[in-house]
Amino acid sequence: MAEVVKYATRESFGMALTELAEQYPEVVVLDADLAAATKTGMFKKKYPDRFIDCGIAECNMVGIAAGLATCGKIPFAASFAMFSAGRAFEQVRNSVAYPKLNVKIVGSHAGISVGEDGATHQCNEDIALMRSIPGMVVLNPADHYEMKAAVKAAIEHYGPVYIRLGRLAVESVNNNDDYKFEIGKGITLRDGKDVTIVATGLLVGESLKAAKALAEQGIDARVIDIHTIKPLDRELIVKAAKETGLIVTAEEHNVIGGLGEAVSSVLCEECPTRVVKIGVNDEFGHSGPAVKLLEQFGLCASHIEEVVKTALKK
Amino acid sequence: MENAEKKSLKITACKIRMGIIEGVFNAKSGHPGGSLSAADIYTYLYFKEMNIDPKNPKDENRDRFVLSKGHTCPGLYSALAQRGYFSPEELKSLRHIGAMLQGHPDMKGTPGVDMSSGSLGQGISAACGIALAGKLDKKDYRVYCLLGDGEIEEGQVWEASMFAGHHHLDNLCLIVDSNGLQIDGPVEEVGGVEPIDKKFEAFGFDVQKINGHDFDEIEAAFNHAKTVKGKPSVIIAKTIKGKDVSFMENQVGWHGAAPNAEQYEVAMADLNKILSGLEAE
Repeated sequence: MAEVVKYATRESFGMALTELAEQYPEVVVLDADLAAATKTGMFKKKYPDRFIDCGIAECNMVGIAAGLATCGKIPFAASFAMFSAGRAFEQVRNSVAYPKLNVKIVGSHAGISVGEDGATHQCNEDIALMRSIPGMVVLNPADHYEMKAAVKAAIEHYGPVYIRLGRLAVESVNNNDDYKFEIGKGITLRDGKDVTIVATGLLVGESLKAAKALAEQGIDARVIDIHTIKPLDRELIVKAAKETGLIVTAEEHNVIGGLGEAVSSVLCEECPTRVVKIGVNDEFGHSGPAVKLLEQFGLCASHIEEVVKTALKK
Repeated sequence: MENAEKKSLKITACKIRMGIIEGVFNAKSGHPGGSLSAADIYTYLYFKEMNIDPKNPKDENRDRFVLSKGHTCPGLYSALAQRGYFSPEELKSLRHIGAMLQGHPDMKGTPGVDMSSGSLGQGISAACGIALAGKLDKKDYRVYCLLGDGEIEEGQVWEASMFAGHHHLDNLCLIVDSNGLQIDGPVEEVGGVEPIDKKFEAFGFDVQKINGHDFDEIEAAFNHAKTVKGKPSVIIAKTIKGKDVSFMENQVGWHGAAPNAEQYEVAMADLNKILSGLEAE
């Protein structure tokens, strides 16, 4: 068992990039004046010659990354999710994904846990945007160990990848020694027969806490960690639906276009099952401390627990 | 430039213009005006300036070309076909279902296309990335990028220009095809892009203004650009939209329209006349 650690996934991302740099000399890192926040600054410090600060110009940054990729580089282009996936959406689509270039788009400070900066910087739409692009792999790791493994997997995967990073420190949940990260394969963190909570990113840890609380009340909840939203692990989700019935999804993203809709779509086609979605309910966030905001928007263990109990009664 | 060489380039340019008309006519759509205005630039780049080999289109040491004004790819395709990257017969399938030649450049399927482009303002950023890769890898290839004068209304062009100046990308040479017209009308009425030269100067470029149909001036400008150290270059080429097709010249309506059968005959007759005149010289 690996040690339980508490890091923001942006920290883990910065560590992974820096640790992997020597093994993968083609990796170069681009940022748009947010290196201290996205944690690409860790890479910059150790490998200044492989770091390109593009200034506050995200659309150009994505194009620069595309050009570098045509010459065999593996560029990681990082900014807040709002800007790398949001502002530069069309550049990601047309300059990176259409030519199928080997660029990794990094969206840090995703979701409302950005906190005090408020709605303009709280991107709850990035997953929807990125998963709608043909050929794009969409990763949203839940913790330190998963993020580190995801960065390596993204480097080894040829083609465009979007990686979502969180600002808030979270306790690690993937602590098993036999933990294995494979793009497109979800992880069953807890088995259960009454309900399955399918969660991603920050909400994986919260879902596990909810499952523990539910267990004390005699409800046996399965918890699946979906680190890859696209391609989605259809098999694992269908199996869970068949075995537990009710599915509850949990994500720090708009309920429109995110994990919940991706899961619903699979189940509609393959195994019609009731899906209850927990996420941001098609509204903008606002300023406040991250943890308080998460509670207010129902993106926390206690709310997940309530939703599961209510749903099981229906 | 020697007369014989100039004559040869002019003949090639005329054939490239014929290929443009052939492609757009068969596609029943496409963008002839800005393809014809840039035909002499395509000719000089692919037949004189760039270090390229059609037999080895992915050579990592080759010079690169990014068509930021991607809609004028009929001109690029025609130049590539003339240069031997693929058969000129391919031009007739432009924009057809299943064809190699897409409505905007697709690097995945077309030999000689170094970057997919077409969404205006994006090609220049990729060109900067390619130039930067050359610097990182200490390679001496050069990167050429063709923009439209309407295109430079896009904000990303100036993000990229600031980047190129800041990073001293002296292996980057932009060409602005300044034909003065965009879809909605004269560039000066629609977007007010002038003074183009002063803008690029302010972004740290070496700036030259030339007649984009005069091979002596084109050659002198590209030769000078190669001597510039520590900053990127831009060549602002004054051109005539629809050049050498009588009824298309300076007509905004031919930005993105295909000739009908009758117009096709007139266009080809215009170009054939120029070609026979050149061959008789």
